[in-house]
Amino acid sequence: MNNAIAVTGMGMITAIGDDVAQNYHSLLRKQHGIKPLQHIAGKHQAGTLVGEVPWTNQELVEKLGTTVPKYSSRTSLLAAIAAKEALTQAAITDLGNIPVIMGTSVAGMDIFEQYFPHLNGDRTLIQRRDVGDSASALSKLLGGNGFATAISTACSSAANAISFGARLLLSGRAERVLVGGSDALSRFTINGFDSLMLLSDKPNRPFDRNRNGLNLGEGAGFLVLESAKALEKIPKPILGYLTGFANANDAFHQTATSDSGEGAYLAMKEALTISRLAPDAIDYINAHGTATENNDRTEAIAIQRIFGDNVPSFSSTKAYTGHTLGAAAGIEAIYALLAIQHQLAFANLRFETAMEQPALQPVTDHRSSSIKHVLSNSFGFGGNCSTLIFSDAESLY
Amino acid sequence: MEELKSELKAKIIEALNLEEIAVEDIENDAPLFGDGLGLDSIDALELTVLLDKDYGIKVTDPKVGKTIFQSIDTLAHYISENRTK
Amino acid sequence: MERKYHISKHCRIDHHGVLYNGQPLSAEISTEFSIFSKAFYYSLGTTYPKFFKMDNLSKLAWLGAELLLKEELSKNIAIVLSNRSSSYDTDLKHVHAISNTEQYYPSPAIFVYTLPNVCIGEIAIRHHLQTENIFFVSEQFDSQLTVNYCNYLLNSNRAEKVLCGWVEYLEENYKLVLYLVEKTGNLAHDLNVVRQLML
Repeated sequence: MNNAIAVTGMGMITAIGDDVAQNYHSLLRKQHGIKPLQHIAGKHQAGTLVGEVPWTNQELVEKLGTTVPKYSSRTSLLAAIAAKEALTQAAITDLGNIPVIMGTSVAGMDIFEQYFPHLNGDRTLIQRRDVGDSASALSKLLGGNGFATAISTACSSAANAISFGARLLLSGRAERVLVGGSDALSRFTINGFDSLMLLSDKPNRPFDRNRNGLNLGEGAGFLVLESAKALEKIPKPILGYLTGFANANDAFHQTATSDSGEGAYLAMKEALTISRLAPDAIDYINAHGTATENNDRTEAIAIQRIFGDNVPSFSSTKAYTGHTLGAAAGIEAIYALLAIQHQLAFANLRFETAMEQPALQPVTDHRSSSIKHVLSNSFGFGGNCSTLIFSDAESLY
Repeated sequence: MEELKSELKAKIIEALNLEEIAVEDIENDAPLFGDGLGLDSIDALELTVLLDKDYGIKVTDPKVGKTIFQSIDTLAHYISENRTK
Repeated sequence: MERKYHISKHCRIDHHGVLYNGQPLSAEISTEFSIFSKAFYYSLGTTYPKFFKMDNLSKLAWLGAELLLKEELSKNIAIVLSNRSSSYDTDLKHVHAISNTEQYYPSPAIFVYTLPNVCIGEIAIRHHLQTENIFFVSEQFDSQLTVNYCNYLLNSNRAEKVLCGWVEYLEENYKLVLYLVEKTGNLAHDLNVVRQLML
């Protein structure tokens, strides 16, 4: 009981909604946000299918409703909107010295791309692009003055940010933390993933035999985590608990996962151990499910290794939002909590045929059932594999 | 064709940072991937960039790449049939 | 329960050369990293051709880790690294490639390294380490954060040992300080010692 890590606030913005409620309604209506790239399309990106937040940076600033520093990056704006929603839900009006841990991969790359041709050796703009700047920039934007750090471990960044925040609570170094991730689309990433031939020219089909790659996405997802001690002082509604978190390295290749899904397997196994839950206690898995040949096959193998013949309902919500990279685990943590809140496993869109091996089938329609514990996977380049487990507010052991 | 093959070996060594390998070390019919030179999936992608940059050939399907890159012989053959530069 | 841990090994690589447990190693010293790293790699006597495919940040991290982990038998080693410039040195190369709209040939091999934690991936692949790993990006090395994080990993048995440190590379300016934390060792694992190592 003393070690319980409670979620008291969630906030997000993605291609399918500007806040948690809008995201939930889009999920419910099976409305995805995968469309041709609009805002930053240059010669080599035109027509690329992405999960883009529909607003320009100026419109995001207006949504935020506060003044922002010059050269604020899109990543920062998305983060601020999501973080603000989370803080509001957690009834925190003054961020103060609450630690901010933020996962990101490109940080202020969009600003850098805009101004790179005109830099002429001016280094000040480079600072805004800095990953290291993003967490402190977010904290300052929200009026905070506490510890802020950025974590950059590719697609698992937000999961590691959430885990690190949890550790700050467990070690007594903080009572509340603001944790999550944000990433904006950039030509840097689109062109990079294209050079790795990982992009699909169609809307992505996670776990489908005929999947042919991912669609990149952008967005932000943040949580407020609080310790039992903090809640004793100021009780508030609890949205769920973070009951398990783990990280492992696949130690196989810089970008591909091993055929046995070793890193994924170790991360899931450890997260279950930490949560003290047996595999059959998991009711739903929000999979990493990027729809690349490699990830979905190896993740399915790892899931099978853990769950054997009793694989729970699973799906990838990247079919709705695209792969939001450093923000993914934050966004998907909220989808996991929504699944618990609404007792609903979300449909894996565009799935038709199971892979040959392993022949696992995700849920193809929203499935209503008792959902107490949800496992969420996020696997990044560099072999960085993270798993989070969320449990409902009633089911504390 | 022999000139193209030597040229390819030199280019591959440079493009893929094969520091400890010399042109003479690469046999024309030896497998490039797997045990051969120990090339991996990223190397295969670099080779598709090389095909585009130096020979004007665009390969968009990674599976096609697999057949072309089997050996220096298959690669040279494919380039001489399809090059636009 | 707060246990006391120790630093068993440490090393530093920068423009002044290479130090292992405080002792200089005879190695080629050059301000040009490409020359220095190649010479130092060969002086280690290992065979690892993939070294030459890595970007500068990964080469630097790999060399430091090779010094500390070469004779390590334990595979239960977590990795906690940080730096200031993230993967910026390689990011710039990628940006150059995609900014050239006429000669547009982005390199997949370069893009792979546009994330700082890939250097951890290279260490993990080399030494078969499947334990936890994390990469922080901050203005300066945060001794407090790293010491606390490391202690937490060891106290909670998430790992038997932890490889910690700072791996910074940007446009020929480089500095690596790595240290291995475990139950026994010559130096105490505390804030003062770590701060000293980082100076």
